[in-house]
Amino acid sequence: MTDVVIAGIGQTTVGEHWHLSLRELAYHAIEAARLDAGGLLPQSLFVGNMLAPNLSGQAHLGVLIADFAGLRGIEAYTVEAAGASGGAALRAGYLAIKSGFVDVVLVVGVEKLTDKVGPEVDTAIATSLDSDYEAVQGMTPLTQGAMLMRRYFHEYGVPQHALAGFPVTAHANGASNPNAMFRKAIKPELYARVGMVCDPLNMFDAAPEADGAAAVLLTRADLLPPDANHTPIRIAGSSVATDTLSLHDRPDPLDFRAARLSVGQACLQAGLAIDQMDFFELCDAYSVYAALTLEAAGFAERGLGWVLAEEGQIGLKGSIPISTMGGLKARGNPIGATGLYQVVEAVQQLRGVAGNNQIPEAKNALIQCLGGPASTAVTHVLTVL
Amino acid sequence: MEIPRHWRLKKQRYALVGEVCPHCDAKIFPPRDVCPECGDEAKTLFEFSGRGEVYSYTTLSNAPAGYQASAPYTVALVKLDEGPMVTAQLTDIGEQDVEIGMPVEMVTRKLRSEGDDDRGMLVYGYKFRPMELQQLAAAAD
Repeated sequence: MTDVVIAGIGQTTVGEHWHLSLRELAYHAIEAARLDAGGLLPQSLFVGNMLAPNLSGQAHLGVLIADFAGLRGIEAYTVEAAGASGGAALRAGYLAIKSGFVDVVLVVGVEKLTDKVGPEVDTAIATSLDSDYEAVQGMTPLTQGAMLMRRYFHEYGVPQHALAGFPVTAHANGASNPNAMFRKAIKPELYARVGMVCDPLNMFDAAPEADGAAAVLLTRADLLPPDANHTPIRIAGSSVATDTLSLHDRPDPLDFRAARLSVGQACLQAGLAIDQMDFFELCDAYSVYAALTLEAAGFAERGLGWVLAEEGQIGLKGSIPISTMGGLKARGNPIGATGLYQVVEAVQQLRGVAGNNQIPEAKNALIQCLGGPASTAVTHVLTVL
Repeated sequence: MEIPRHWRLKKQRYALVGEVCPHCDAKIFPPRDVCPECGDEAKTLFEFSGRGEVYSYTTLSNAPAGYQASAPYTVALVKLDEGPMVTAQLTDIGEQDVEIGMPVEMVTRKLRSEGDDDRGMLVYGYKFRPMELQQLAAAAD
């Protein structure tokens, strides 16, 4: 079968890019990825984005970005799955190459949040919920995270501040990622002191949403330029799974079923067990999501995901490093672009160019982004070719 | 304004009308026409009692547009006595502490206002309030 490889990566810093528009952000990431790929010309562009129609009054991003990036004429459209949009766009690109119809695909995730502020942004982000039965009650993704966190503590008798290890690890790793939004380590004592955002979820339990764009070029292994100077990275597994859209429709809201299914399918395809993964880029939009994801993926028993954080197993030197470049918490969460940031960072690790954050001899990466509370879960396994 | 959209949901919003599966008797809310338990068609209407208990909750200060007037407010996942769970705000809480497992009952309240100063369309629907002791006793009979 055809091996789909990642030939180039690019990213902008995550943050408040007042001086850059949606299309310019996307172009910066595309430009870097194309340069990195050494002249491969894409025939298709898949855009991962959630909020442009709401926050920028802009749909039709495929042609907007293709045209702006000097790629007028190519196939181009948006793939949307809320916070999993980036991963879903990668999946579309992967399928395009795998099908044999397309030789070179460009995938870009882009999100522009900071042109609007306050309630308008909260309303736009809440469109990932069931509008008729969740958002109409004044619910937002933040409240979903807070309610799951409260139930998690209640059901498993988890000690107070037990999730501190997630943001502490993310910030420690983000400190040496030049593209991270927050580049400052935090102490566990600080976690215990900061104010509540949405009780019991505090300021450090929620990842900051911000602007950003990240891009990759995909091709077949046999089409890689002969002078390519990177370690080729293969997409060895790819899977999208869905759960109910709403939390209230789930028999057990603490079971991230879609996260579990898509990890299982992606690993099965790659022929790798989870204990062969050198690290796991997961969705830590809320720290409890990181715990629930580790449990769903099989790295911890139900109710014990937090122990991995407490024991330091999720750090760069631990048994299953997560958020190795800062995760959503410290790198920042540019919602529809997040899935592509995870891929770019995983490729950095597998190429061995992750600097201070390098995991020695990393060969296999597990990557997962979530739309909502694992309403959609997109998982990829990357390996060194 | 979305008038038809809210009008269409009046049975759900004002009377908590869902469905019951004619094949496996599963109670369904919100209505979804395909039974999540057995996969068969389920279009028989069923009015829920409106009683349930709090599965989880939180209080939100930074409210989205249209909800700022009621912020901070408490939202909850309420497990209905008949089985399904529903997302709703809690209301009439007063000074008491909300707890997981707290018995609650449905009431009709204003959910959101469109435009400033309540001059736009008002959207009404279900919220849940703590059950009084005498109501609890009555419900037990």
